[in-house]
Amino acid sequence: MKRICLVVVGLYLQLLSAFSQTVDTTNYKPRKLTINEINLVHSYYHQEGDHSAVTGGIGTQKLSDYANNIELNLMKYNKYNRKIDLNIDMGIDYYTSASSDNIDPSTISSASSHDLHIYPTVTRTATNEQKGTKNNFQLSFSAESDYFSYGFGGGFAKQSKDRNRELTVNAKLYLDQVRIILPIELRTLTTGGFPGAPNEHDYPYKSRNTFSSSYTLSQVINKRWQLLFLLDLAYQQGYLSLPFHRIYFSDNSETIERLPSERFKIPVGIRSSYFIGDRLVLRSYYRFYHDDWGLDAHTIDNELAIKFTPFFSISPFYRYYTQTAIRYFAGYKMHASTEQYYSSDYDLAAFNSSFFGAGFRWAPPKGVLGHPNWSMVELRYGHYSKTDGFVSNVISVNLKFK
Amino acid sequence: MMRRVVRYIAGFCLSGIVMASCEAVKPYQKNRLNDGEMELSTRKVQKTETSFQNYREGASGADGGSNGGGCGCN
Repeated sequence: MKRICLVVVGLYLQLLSAFSQTVDTTNYKPRKLTINEINLVHSYYHQEGDHSAVTGGIGTQKLSDYANNIELNLMKYNKYNRKIDLNIDMGIDYYTSASSDNIDPSTISSASSHDLHIYPTVTRTATNEQKGTKNNFQLSFSAESDYFSYGFGGGFAKQSKDRNRELTVNAKLYLDQVRIILPIELRTLTTGGFPGAPNEHDYPYKSRNTFSSSYTLSQVINKRWQLLFLLDLAYQQGYLSLPFHRIYFSDNSETIERLPSERFKIPVGIRSSYFIGDRLVLRSYYRFYHDDWGLDAHTIDNELAIKFTPFFSISPFYRYYTQTAIRYFAGYKMHASTEQYYSSDYDLAAFNSSFFGAGFRWAPPKGVLGHPNWSMVELRYGHYSKTDGFVSNVISVNLKFK
Repeated sequence: MMRRVVRYIAGFCLSGIVMASCEAVKPYQKNRLNDGEMELSTRKVQKTETSFQNYREGASGADGGSNGGGCGCN
C-alpha cells in the first residue's frame, strides 16, 4: 500500500513539473551551424600625391580603390557544450593606380594600371563559457597580380573569474611570394617581362615571411571605463623591397629599391572606452611603434560617440600620426650609388598626418527600415592628409544582418 | 636612450596605478560597458581605413590588423 502511495505521489509531481515547463529561448543553444551574423562592408577610397615610389619619389600617386568585404559568422554548440564560431571573411578590392601604370610608362594603359585583390580568411573559435577560455585557429590567403600570401594563425584567450579581465595571445605566420616585375627599362632577357622574349609573361618570385605574435590584456576599471593594452612582436625576413620602386642616384644612374632582408617591429598600444554621463562615449587610442630600420611612430586617435538615442549615434573623430624616416630613405636623386641600402618610398619618410571625419550608427530594435533581420547600418567618412602633400578621402558603409 | 627607459617605466607605473584602482563590476552592472559604442576594437566599418594606413604609413600592428604580412605594405 505504501509503495502504491509513493508511486502515485511521484506521478503527480511529474505531472505538475510537465505543466510548469515553459520553452526557454534565452538559453537556446543550436547544435547545428546556424548563421549568427552577416556584415557587408563597402568602401570607396581615393588618393592623390606627387611622390610616387614607382617613379623614384616624384610623380603621381593617384589611386582609387573599391573595397568590398562580406563577413559571415556561423555558430553552434558541440556535444561538450563548447560554443563553436566559424568566421568566414571574404574581401574583394578593385583598384586603379596611375603610379603602377608607370611601371611601363610607354603604354597608355598597362596591365599594372588596375588590379583585383582577393583575400579570404577563415577563423574557427572554440569557447568554454564556464571556464572563460577560448582557442582559435585561422587560415588566410591573399592574391594580387604581383603578390601572393598564405597565412596561418592560432591563439588562446582566458578571462578572470569575475569576467572583468581577459588575456589573449595570438601568433601568425605569413608565407608570401613577391612577383619580381621590374620597371620596363631595367628588364633583360633573364628578368622576365622583356618585350618579345620567350619568357615575356614569366616573372620570377621571391619569398617574404612574417612571424608575428600579439598580446592583449583588457581590464574593466569601473562601471563606465575599460582599457585594452596591446603588444605585437613581428619579425620579417626575405625580400622586403618592392621590385618596381625606382631609385635615381645623384650621379643620374638608375636601379630599383634595395632594403635589408630582415626587419623587427614592436608596436605597443592602449585603447580606452569611457562612458561620459548618459549620452557620450569617448573612444581613445595611442600607439608607439619602433623598428630596427630606424622608424619610430606615434599614433593618437580620439572619437566621441554622441548617442542621440540608445539606437542612434554620431561619432566625429580625429587621428594624428607622426613618424621618423627609416635610415635608408632619401628623395629623388638624393642617394649615392655607393650606399648599401636605398629607398625613395615616401611612405617610409619622415612626416606627420591628420585624419578626421565622422560616422553615424543606427541600430533600431525592430530593424532598419522595419526589416527585422537588418539590425544595423553604419556610415563613415574620413579625410586624410600628410605633410608631404599627400591627400586621400574614404567613405565606408557597414550593413549588419542577424 | 635614458629618456626612453624613464618613459617606459613611468608608463608601466601609471598602468599599475590604474589597474590597482579597478572596481569589481558585477555582470548586472555592465549595461554601459556592454554598449555597442564601448567595444575595445576598431569598428568593422574601419576596415579600409586600417588597410590604407598600413600601406601609406611605416608603422603597423597593435590595432587588431596585420603587422606587415599578407600584403605588399609596410
